[in-house]
Amino acid sequence: MKPPPLLVHVTVLLGAAFAAAYAAAAAGPQSDPAPQRKHELVNLVRQDCGSCHGLTLSGGLGPALLPHTLADKPLDSMVATVMNGRPGTAMPGWSRFMSEPEAEWVVRALMDGFPQERGAQ
Amino acid sequence: MRRAATLVAAAATLLLGACAATPEPRGTGDLGLVIERSTGQVAVVSHTSRERLATVPGLGDLSHAHVTYSRDGRYGYVFGRDGGLTKVDLLRGRIDRRIVQAGNSIGGSISQDGRLVVAQNYEPGGLKVFDADTLELLSEVPAEYAPGQRSKVVGLADLPGQRFAYALFEAGEIWVTDLSDPRAPKTQRYPAGRQPYDGLVTPDGRHFIAGLFGEDGLALLDLWHPERGVQKILAGYGRGEEPLPVYKMPHLRGWAVAGGHAYLPAIGRHEVLVVDTRTWQEVARIPVHSQPVFVMARPDGRQVWVNFAFPDNGTVQVIDTVAREVVDTLQPGRAILHMEFTPRGEAVWLSSRDDNKVVVYDTESRREVAGLPAAHPSGIFFTSRAVRIGF
Repeated sequence: MKPPPLLVHVTVLLGAAFAAAYAAAAAGPQSDPAPQRKHELVNLVRQDCGSCHGLTLSGGLGPALLPHTLADKPLDSMVATVMNGRPGTAMPGWSRFMSEPEAEWVVRALMDGFPQERGAQ
Repeated sequence: MRRAATLVAAAATLLLGACAATPEPRGTGDLGLVIERSTGQVAVVSHTSRERLATVPGLGDLSHAHVTYSRDGRYGYVFGRDGGLTKVDLLRGRIDRRIVQAGNSIGGSISQDGRLVVAQNYEPGGLKVFDADTLELLSEVPAEYAPGQRSKVVGLADLPGQRFAYALFEAGEIWVTDLSDPRAPKTQRYPAGRQPYDGLVTPDGRHFIAGLFGEDGLALLDLWHPERGVQKILAGYGRGEEPLPVYKMPHLRGWAVAGGHAYLPAIGRHEVLVVDTRTWQEVARIPVHSQPVFVMARPDGRQVWVNFAFPDNGTVQVIDTVAREVVDTLQPGRAILHMEFTPRGEAVWLSSRDDNKVVVYDTESRREVAGLPAAHPSGIFFTSRAVRIGF
């Protein structure tokens, strides 16, 4: 029942194109971070956000950052939380370490199921 | 008599024969466990020979892990983030028993008599009490501070008298639970302050201190006079200034206390706070490189080593406790997550997560004297913890 490889490629490419178009439409002229930068962001989220939210993002002192726990939260407010923190809680702002489009990429990735680190094992 | 002696001799011969194929007997006093968090395994290490003796896989999610030891130093109880509780046999280098006891766990502790192992959990918030031999569940203490509301439990510490002290992050309380009857816990509650993030008990087991994230100060409970309730110490240490961002929570434990002083990480300030443990008054504050995470006194109390939160976690500083100032700034590796002194303090082991190694420093020369490869190492726990109150 394996689909033909060409079909998979076309589907993936189309999917990627749609996702990119959607992201571009939502975020203005910015595009996804470059692959190396994505790798850095994934590492940052897993390791350093992971200090409070867990390496698997299933929560710690901070809440879980899994697709089903984020599903009903507005994107803008989550991006603002990443950038500026949440006063009155232990969540600091991370704007020193990423731009707003990068924070938005992180939030979207969290909502989709966050990628694993490359070479973590 | 003669016959008995012959029997003993025969038995001894048999035993020797049986042992010939097994390794020499050895103690566990110079052993320890290193958490290799990305692979969910622990390394059994010797701090005498500075080598890995065994690798024990299959411990689950160790992204936050803690180890407490059986009083004979043979077994390490490893508490994983995913609620796993694994009893590791250091001599055999393998898992003795393993259970998954919660959804999200932060650590645990062992009772004064060594018979009970207690886990502190975030989800479901509360304590669980286990038989230390069998890991049979004996009782639970839900951290239900208001009807239907459970808190995350932080800072669990064993106390004399089969008691345990801990703090409730959401509830802002310190609880003390008596497990004299392990199947019928008795708990006292004390208001503590906003958002306690961790706790420690002093090495004599008398004072429990909870660090507070949500206010400038720490909560102190004198367990010899619990009726006096919680006293705030170092109140207002932030002097009304805007706190700096904290990218990783500090960790507290009895290693903070030495020579009549406690060395405590400030929250949102790049300082180590020094308090006199007789008066509980501030006596100094020492500027350091960044937000301190672990502030650990060398066992003799003459030095205090400090590591730091992201993004400054490649630096370690050494405080001279007489001069009360930083006397050395080291770069032992990338992402130094944890430190552990040998029992008498001639060496300190540091885990460098991003360099995949554990480095060993001589604490007098402050030079690297050994290095061990390890897969994203985090916590380092030596068996000398087995004999210390609060570890």
